[in-house]
Amino acid sequence: MNKPLFMSVSFKIKKTVSNILEVQQLYRKFKSGSKILTVVDDINFSIQEGISCAIVGPSGSGKTTLLGLCAGLDRPTSGTVSLNGIPLNPLSEDERAKVRNEHVGFVFQTFQLVPTLTALENVMVPLELRGDATKEVRERAQELLESVGLGDRTHHYPTQLSGGEQQRVAIARAFINQPKILFADEPTGNLDTETGEYIEDLIFDLNEKQGTTLVLVTHDLELAKKCNRIIKLKNGQVSEDSFTELEPETAAEKSL
Amino acid sequence: MSNNKSKFWTFKMAWRDSRSNRSKLFLFMAAIIVGVAAQVAITSFRANLNSSIESQAKELLGADLEVERNAPFQPELQEVLDSLGGDVSTGLEFNSMAFFPTSGTTRLSQITALEGGFPYYGELVTEPASAAAVYQQNGSALVDEPIMRLFGVEPGDSVKIGQLTYKIEGAIIEIPGQPVAASFFGPRIFIPKENVEETGLLQRGSRLEYVSLHKFPEGTDMAAVEDRLDKLRDQHNIRFGFDTVREREEEVGEAIMYLSNFLNLIGFIALLLGGIGVASSIFVYIRQKINTVAVLRCVGVSSNQALSIYLIQATAMGLLGSLLGALLGSAVQLYLPVLVQDFLPVDIDLYISWASIFIGIGTGVIISVLFALFPLLAVRKISPLFSLRTIDINLNELLSNSTKLILGATLAIFITGYAWLMLGEFLPALYFTLGLAACLILLTGFAKLIMIGSRKFLRAGFSYEWRQGLANLYRPNNQTTTLLLTFGLGVTMISSLYLTQDMLLDQIDFGDQRDLPNLALYDIQNDQNEGVNQIITSNGHDILQNVPIVTMRLQEINGMTTEEVDDDTTRNARGWALNREYRSTYRDSLLPTETLEAGEWIGSVASRDELVPVSVEQDLLEDLDAVIGDTLTWDVQGIPIKTYIASSRTVKWDQPSPNFFVVFPAGVLENAPQFYATTINTTSRDASLILQQDIVQSFPNVSAIDVGQVLETVRAFIDKITFVIQFIGLFSIITGLIVLAGSAATSRFQRIREAVLLRTLGASKKQVIKIQVIEYVLLGVMASITGLILSIGASTLIAQFYFDITFVPNFYIIGIEIIILTALVLLIGLSNTRGVHNRPPLEVLRAEAA
Repeated sequence: MNKPLFMSVSFKIKKTVSNILEVQQLYRKFKSGSKILTVVDDINFSIQEGISCAIVGPSGSGKTTLLGLCAGLDRPTSGTVSLNGIPLNPLSEDERAKVRNEHVGFVFQTFQLVPTLTALENVMVPLELRGDATKEVRERAQELLESVGLGDRTHHYPTQLSGGEQQRVAIARAFINQPKILFADEPTGNLDTETGEYIEDLIFDLNEKQGTTLVLVTHDLELAKKCNRIIKLKNGQVSEDSFTELEPETAAEKSL
Repeated sequence: MSNNKSKFWTFKMAWRDSRSNRSKLFLFMAAIIVGVAAQVAITSFRANLNSSIESQAKELLGADLEVERNAPFQPELQEVLDSLGGDVSTGLEFNSMAFFPTSGTTRLSQITALEGGFPYYGELVTEPASAAAVYQQNGSALVDEPIMRLFGVEPGDSVKIGQLTYKIEGAIIEIPGQPVAASFFGPRIFIPKENVEETGLLQRGSRLEYVSLHKFPEGTDMAAVEDRLDKLRDQHNIRFGFDTVREREEEVGEAIMYLSNFLNLIGFIALLLGGIGVASSIFVYIRQKINTVAVLRCVGVSSNQALSIYLIQATAMGLLGSLLGALLGSAVQLYLPVLVQDFLPVDIDLYISWASIFIGIGTGVIISVLFALFPLLAVRKISPLFSLRTIDINLNELLSNSTKLILGATLAIFITGYAWLMLGEFLPALYFTLGLAACLILLTGFAKLIMIGSRKFLRAGFSYEWRQGLANLYRPNNQTTTLLLTFGLGVTMISSLYLTQDMLLDQIDFGDQRDLPNLALYDIQNDQNEGVNQIITSNGHDILQNVPIVTMRLQEINGMTTEEVDDDTTRNARGWALNREYRSTYRDSLLPTETLEAGEWIGSVASRDELVPVSVEQDLLEDLDAVIGDTLTWDVQGIPIKTYIASSRTVKWDQPSPNFFVVFPAGVLENAPQFYATTINTTSRDASLILQQDIVQSFPNVSAIDVGQVLETVRAFIDKITFVIQFIGLFSIITGLIVLAGSAATSRFQRIREAVLLRTLGASKKQVIKIQVIEYVLLGVMASITGLILSIGASTLIAQFYFDITFVPNFYIIGIEIIILTALVLLIGLSNTRGVHNRPPLEVLRAEAA
């Protein structure tokens, strides 16, 4: 695919270090009645550009909360998060939204398509937000939908699509702005095994083709093993952080 | 980053998102249609009325100047009038019984004996049209059309007024400047002034009004004329009344302004209720959008953009709703004159008032946006985090208290501003807003109480259907409180009116009581008294009172003439009390309806050479600024009589009996020129009519007030007025019904799922329907009770503080209202789940989900 037709105007601070995500001394605490729950407890890691990383852990280990913090959807109690070299803490909500629009893609467990938009319109949203020319955006969205096998369903509404089809649309949406990093929260959680595998392949495929960093939250160890790196969470802390044998540079060759 | 393109996307998104929700969105906005319609209708009507009055101003008076006095004009006045030149018509106005030989019926009528070319502007419309031009020269009469129709009398038949019998030249259809409703209080009859003395009605003591009507040449300076007459009044203390076109126009314009402002405010209330409906519906709507908004925020939509999307939808729908409302209002405006034509002194020219339409649309849009902002501002606070987790969010909590406060304050300011525009004064406008807020708070409080109470009440041992029906009212996203509020307010307004009207009419309904008179005769001359009494008794009726009446004027108080007293700034005597023509009586005892307040009642004296003790009515004492012991000198038709105030009394004025300001003792006035008034209790209506006819035949100058008839007239009059107000109040109810329809439509899918679930679990169709019926019946009853509590409270307060009577609620009215409202609610509710019961459950679910 072509390089994007647009360049980000602001936030040009791009460090030479190719860490796409940096998390330092991250804490997230909640008040529950009179107790304080520490859901994310002093987490530190950096993720290099281009690799795929799975965050695994049992239910209640804090994975989804961590994901929210990494994506800038949530503010930490203390600690820092940097996305693509941009520190998130000092940013306002709207500034964070901009960052997401430019650098981040999302895939959710519950697909999260806008029910009142067609498949095509759903995919177009991230680029339309930037004010790109509609004709080009539409063409690009059409291409993407075709590449996920839904070229003939572009005018259907989410309620007219099956779960797997909805997730494919969601993936197309997630990739249309050629994000630096893709966050996926249990992307196959609501799908049957066969469809789930198809979706997984799609995600890894696009990850390699575009060089997007993949951060995958899942409790499915099989899926986790397909990633370059696995970060295991337990009780809000990193209990294990390991690379599978392959280096980032050869990850692109792996799928061939 | 192109901001404009981004804004464009917001609009696009608003449009696309609305595609699946259009009918729902529209139903939300329909809530304001009725309110806007009411505004536009009333404002347009007022504009039409004002311009009609302006163009027909001269016809309000029928002349350039009208001068009147209840005695012949003073020479000074006559001189000034003569010097003004122009055309003059003179006349005498008085009330008298008119007897129609054709039908043998009588009616107390308003007689005008006219001489001259009046009316100079506008037309005295008669049937046949020529009658107005010839009646004076033919010596015939013109009679009000309604009474002729009632008695089956035709032109050519005759009417006997006093001693004279006139041929009826024609029926009066319209008199310039007088509304049709004026004939309510007695048919109007025009006779030539030329030989009016021959009727024998111009005796001493009759209440006559002398009138002269002037037309001046074009270009006459009316301001100068007004000045001259004012000077005459002030400088020479000459009492008379006059009206010019300008003054009459102002008076009428003012009256119309008050009425239309009042109606406008009531219509505005309907609009506000619509606003509440909008806020409530949008609240529910946004709840369903939380997920969508969260996702959009994830992909980069800013919080303001998210807000804008739905604000655009709300504004567009508000505009649409207002447009439709304006259209409806313009149509209703055509109907309004029909409602009130009888009360209007001019014909209304109807035209489209664009100004009113724009104001109505503007108000509608502002109200819908202001109210929609309450739930919409919460959209900005929807965190993208909500896309990761489904958290049960209370939209209410998303808004900070300060935001809610600011929004509330803005709304209050807007409402007060609008009311100020309507009422013209700030304080009443403020009271309006505060009163409205108080009402709404009270209603909400009652509504919540009722909801809590019904929960507790129905928990105990009622069948499943009842408990489920009630529980349905509490389902998540319910709009029950809003519905109770809107219906409640509508019910409050309408039933307050009904209850108050009922209470007032009750007060004057004494036609059935034995010891109270239902017929009063007056203007009975001294030498006729015996004869009249005989006719009464020979007809088998009871005479309750037969009182002599002597007319007199006050000459001096404590040695000072009334002019001196009037000019004396240290004394507080009221002009009317000093200058009026008194009608006093004499007797030796107090009546049961009178109470002695102070001093000593002296019932009789030996002669009138000494100071005569009189009893004065309490309030009059204050108006004369006098005390017990003061001397009053009276001019009793030329003869001065010196009296002193021996006692003061309070009098019950609300009884249909003759009551007197001043009562003389026996032994003084027996030989003074006097006439009599007699009150009778007749055995039946028919007997009463026969008696009236008998009396009028023998004594045509005697007038009769038929209490039963008066009551009917008053009742009819009040009915007409309250109908107009209730018509506007109806708008509130209709708004409530629309909000209900919207709410029902919103929850349709949810209800169907519930119904289907119950069917799956084994419930019969009958059971499912029963639950729904119960739900709506409960809603209707709760709404009615909420509104009724408040209206009973309002009526009690009005009774207590304004009318000083005890309020007894009319349970019949209350019961009817509960039934009607509940029926309406049930109808709308049930029509919402139609088509569910006959199809297999799964099919229904699939169809709804698509």
